[in-house]
Amino acid sequence: MQPDTLPMISAMSAAVRLRFDDVGVDFPTAAGAMRVVEGVNLDVRQGEFVSIIGPSGCGKTTLLNMVGGFVKPTRGVVLLDDAPIQGPGPDRGVIFQEYGVFPWLTVRGNIEFGLKLGANARHAERRAEIVERYLALMGLADFADHHPKHLSGGMRQRLALARAYAVQPEFLLMDEPFGALDAQTRTAMQDLLLQVLATEGKTVLLVTHSVDEAIYLSSRIVVVTARPAHVRTIIDVPFAYPRSESVHEDHRFAALRAEIRTLVMEEYEAQVRQYAPRAAVG
Amino acid sequence: MVDRTFDPLKPQARNPATRVALVAAPWLAIVALWYAVRSSGLVNPSLVPAPHAVLAKLVELAGDRLPLDVWMSTRRVFVGVFLGVLVAVPVGFAIGWYPRVRSFVDPLVNFFRALPPIALIPLVIVYFGIGEAAKVVILFYASFFAGVIVMVEGIGQISPIYVRVARTLGATDAEIFAKVIVPLAVPHILTAVRVALGVAWATLVASELIAAQQGLGALIQNASSFFQLDIVYVGIICIGLIALAMDLLLRAATRRLVDWQDRIG
Repeated sequence: MQPDTLPMISAMSAAVRLRFDDVGVDFPTAAGAMRVVEGVNLDVRQGEFVSIIGPSGCGKTTLLNMVGGFVKPTRGVVLLDDAPIQGPGPDRGVIFQEYGVFPWLTVRGNIEFGLKLGANARHAERRAEIVERYLALMGLADFADHHPKHLSGGMRQRLALARAYAVQPEFLLMDEPFGALDAQTRTAMQDLLLQVLATEGKTVLLVTHSVDEAIYLSSRIVVVTARPAHVRTIIDVPFAYPRSESVHEDHRFAALRAEIRTLVMEEYEAQVRQYAPRAAVG
Repeated sequence: MVDRTFDPLKPQARNPATRVALVAAPWLAIVALWYAVRSSGLVNPSLVPAPHAVLAKLVELAGDRLPLDVWMSTRRVFVGVFLGVLVAVPVGFAIGWYPRVRSFVDPLVNFFRALPPIALIPLVIVYFGIGEAAKVVILFYASFFAGVIVMVEGIGQISPIYVRVARTLGATDAEIFAKVIVPLAVPHILTAVRVALGVAWATLVASELIAAQQGLGALIQNASSFFQLDIVYVGIICIGLIALAMDLLLRAATRRLVDWQDRIG
């Protein structure tokens, strides 16, 4: 086996960047507070690619949103470099499932958007260079002056990634980023992501439903439980970076997939049981 | 991949001659129907002036009082719509963007917009007299409420995802307003202007009923007192044509300004 190559450095040696310390989140509902997340402890180190996998509606996105700064923990604390997260910031790039590309701006305008903000003034001098770089890297150069209405789903996804990358975030937070894409585009996007990450190291948190995607991309996989979400188990993925499609044929891949699927299905059933009594009453 | 030359849904896809014919056909049909009604004997011909007689009257009036009437009416509509939309945009934005404001302002808006501007004429005369101000007030009222409704609906449809994305890229509140919310509001402002213009032209005659000496409404009002039906028709046709021209201009402007939208009204 090859040694891990930089910048995806070995998990154990790097500094802890993100720490969930006994985190709980309640959402107010008509029937009172609903516990969405409970007792989550998790460390994410510099350069790691951590996937969060679990049943739908269990609170995975809430975990991501706390790092993004959109949700504050009700209990416990989420630390970024030892300081509690106060709100969103350009150090944490977020890729939303629905992309959120700005329809009124051209492809170039979308990538430039972040670079023209006061918060990213330090990159202002290199703006043109950065924009050209990501236009080329994401295969969008031919569409630089088009509006997003002319782009396919895969291209919008690449544009969202380019826009997030342009402000040079240290973290990449992705919520089901490839969920809306067809199978071939999804595979191509996964490879592109790995390729980009190989040249510019980021610390990545990915929420996904796809066990295959989690194994293929991540260095660690966090399986979360039915609501309220807590960490069921954390699995180290044994494959070195850079990875290629052939990883899918590795016997360890199949074994890992079977193991994680079993865990996720157990939690899925537990989640379904939560709804069942309510359905019987309703 | 980006082929904009062919779109079967757009009239541009047809050849120019067909297009002209399609645009002209309904107008020619109306004129034909007009002659037919006149010659059918169902209606007393003296109650329905012939299209060519109306055209002759239009030409005659064009050298007389018509330019002033058109100017006065257009100016009133412009001033009324300009002021109405100017106030409607921030008010509509506030109501649409802040759900809490909406919950208590909505009934108020719905109460006032349900009132036909004509019903307010007696009060407007009492408070604003019978001068220019009174007419502008009526048109302002009509434009404002039409514009507010459009803005509230439009702003309410703006997806919060864009604001979130901008925040993750480091945008401040001021940057979000200027760089995200304003561009997203532009199409709705243009729609508000269009709707307000339509409502304002519809209200024009009512506003010029207030003892106006000039204006297309006054022209129609005076002519009807003397049973000059051909002049009444001239006035009606002028209002329709000007409103149509303004709408076409505004659509063209909309296409240029918000080309990025998937659909354009």
